[in-house]
Amino acid sequence: MSCFETFQAYALRSLGLGERLLPRSDFTLCDQFVLIGSGLLWNIYFGALAVLTGFFFANALAVAKNSGNPWLRRPANGFIFVFRGSPLFIQFFFAYFLFLSLKSVSPIFNQLSSAWLGALIVLFLNTSAYSAEIFYGALRSIPKGDIEAADAYGLSGWSRFRRVMWPTMMRLAWPAYTNEAIFLFHATTLVFFSGFPAWRQQGDALYYANYFADKTFNPFIPYPILAFYFILLTLCIILLFGAINRRLNRHLPQERRSRMRFKMQMIR
Amino acid sequence: MPPFPLPPDPSARALPRQARPLRPVLQVDTRPAPQMMRPAIFSFCSDPASLEGFQWLSCYLTTGKHMGFYVSFGTVLLLLAITAPMALLFGFGGAMAARARFAPLSWVGKGYIAIVRGVPDIAFFLFFVIALDQAIEWLRHQVKCPDWEAEVWQGNDFVVCAIAKMPQSSSPQWMHEVYGFSIAVVTFAIVFGAFAANVLFGAMRAVPRAQIETAEAYGMSHSQAFWRVLVPQMWVYALPGLSNLWMVLIKATPLLFLLGVEDIVYWARELGGSKTPQFTEYPHGDWRMWYFLALLIFYLGFTRISEVVLARISRRLSHGQATLAGEAQRRAKPSAEGTPA
Repeated sequence: MSCFETFQAYALRSLGLGERLLPRSDFTLCDQFVLIGSGLLWNIYFGALAVLTGFFFANALAVAKNSGNPWLRRPANGFIFVFRGSPLFIQFFFAYFLFLSLKSVSPIFNQLSSAWLGALIVLFLNTSAYSAEIFYGALRSIPKGDIEAADAYGLSGWSRFRRVMWPTMMRLAWPAYTNEAIFLFHATTLVFFSGFPAWRQQGDALYYANYFADKTFNPFIPYPILAFYFILLTLCIILLFGAINRRLNRHLPQERRSRMRFKMQMIR
Repeated sequence: MPPFPLPPDPSARALPRQARPLRPVLQVDTRPAPQMMRPAIFSFCSDPASLEGFQWLSCYLTTGKHMGFYVSFGTVLLLLAITAPMALLFGFGGAMAARARFAPLSWVGKGYIAIVRGVPDIAFFLFFVIALDQAIEWLRHQVKCPDWEAEVWQGNDFVVCAIAKMPQSSSPQWMHEVYGFSIAVVTFAIVFGAFAANVLFGAMRAVPRAQIETAEAYGMSHSQAFWRVLVPQMWVYALPGLSNLWMVLIKATPLLFLLGVEDIVYWARELGGSKTPQFTEYPHGDWRMWYFLALLIFYLGFTRISEVVLARISRRLSHGQATLAGEAQRRAKPSAEGTPA
């Protein structure tokens, strides 16, 4: 098969389109590049949706954690502790078996035990907890002067939060939130290694990389390809989040703008 | 037809154990498991079928297989106890290399830090296990069978001569287990060493420049200034990063499962799966959810304890340091710090 034919056959294999059987022998570099790249679609799907939805929930959690009302603060604290304090790997396993047992309760829950929904829910909750902690930290470090100025203008309640506090919170949190988004995309590789079945071998990038490594007993080709894809993906995230960061900081003088700093990677 | 046969439980696919089929440790024991390994702890456990409620549970939780489960918690703690100092050592080496004045060495150090940061770590775990295994066998192959003609890489196979195998196929089961565990430890140390190197590199740069200049003004050499001034002072700057790393390391321990070690995840899946009366004296439904809930609680407790201990160490270390925290401590207890009364 020429490389173009391989591309036609396997480019959307992870979504179930194209050739049904995975290549089984005589693996070419092209096979590996195409199939691992095809799996990356799942990583993007999980990562993008979890970040998007988690963003809103994380904002709510951060505000709840900062609230004076213990009925709001305690649940938010507890939620954040549970999801930040335990490994994502164990959370995946627990959620998968929980969903499996729900399945026997009612057929409504059938879809929960498949990766596209179940794993997405876990990732959503997990990234919400991590992001909420970041947003909470930023909320606590809003300069006092900003809030006093808002008070002086007669802003209070929702409009003060919406117009003064929230934009500042976002600006302060953004560099750390960028890191969080990167780690989340990395964490999506855990999905198919933690119980969630890859239905008809429609897996993510690591699933296919592992498939090739198992078949060829040679880890030196598939994993570097995977690394290449992920470095590319990380660069895209940095570009996108960097653009948002510039927008959030555009009213500030040059030297006071918060710069993007990329910190160590985290496993969760 | 899926190209590789799927086991009946789809989640069992996650066992990445096909990678090294030669290792007997990795085989999942599917034989009927008579609970004969050791005599039961409680005398009333001799006939489990007649038991009810609490008694049944206490017998169930003390079967030989459950003892294996409890021991695997020890495996996790052992892994942490060995890996943490090793990773710190790797990290220190990496940070020193990154700071080196000899450019190629500094590139090596910085490359080590950068590569691990850009790629999902689970990929490293899967990669290093096979890579280390093959590297060791390849080296032994070169030494022990110098007159071996055939290629080591034969198409899709990795073939070394029989005496180069690690561990020997004739060696006892525990050797295989120890070997698998050591590979896991080295893998953890390499990956976490890179994170530690990043933290320590930052901490070394955070020590005020004036301290080094003062050391140089006193006539210390480069290495004297490094060992006597920089290293003792860097820990307080490194501590937040290192405690973060410790938390991350705790949360990475379930990945041992992916490395083929019989760890808590392995046992939770084994023990939790539904058991029929033919195979065990303690039949039950699918309890894996509850086993993983127990693991979740174990990790939460462990994290909590670590948080408390690390907060203490941090207080201790910032004592007397010229940092905000140290200053706050000094203000809190003015009399204890020798300020004029």
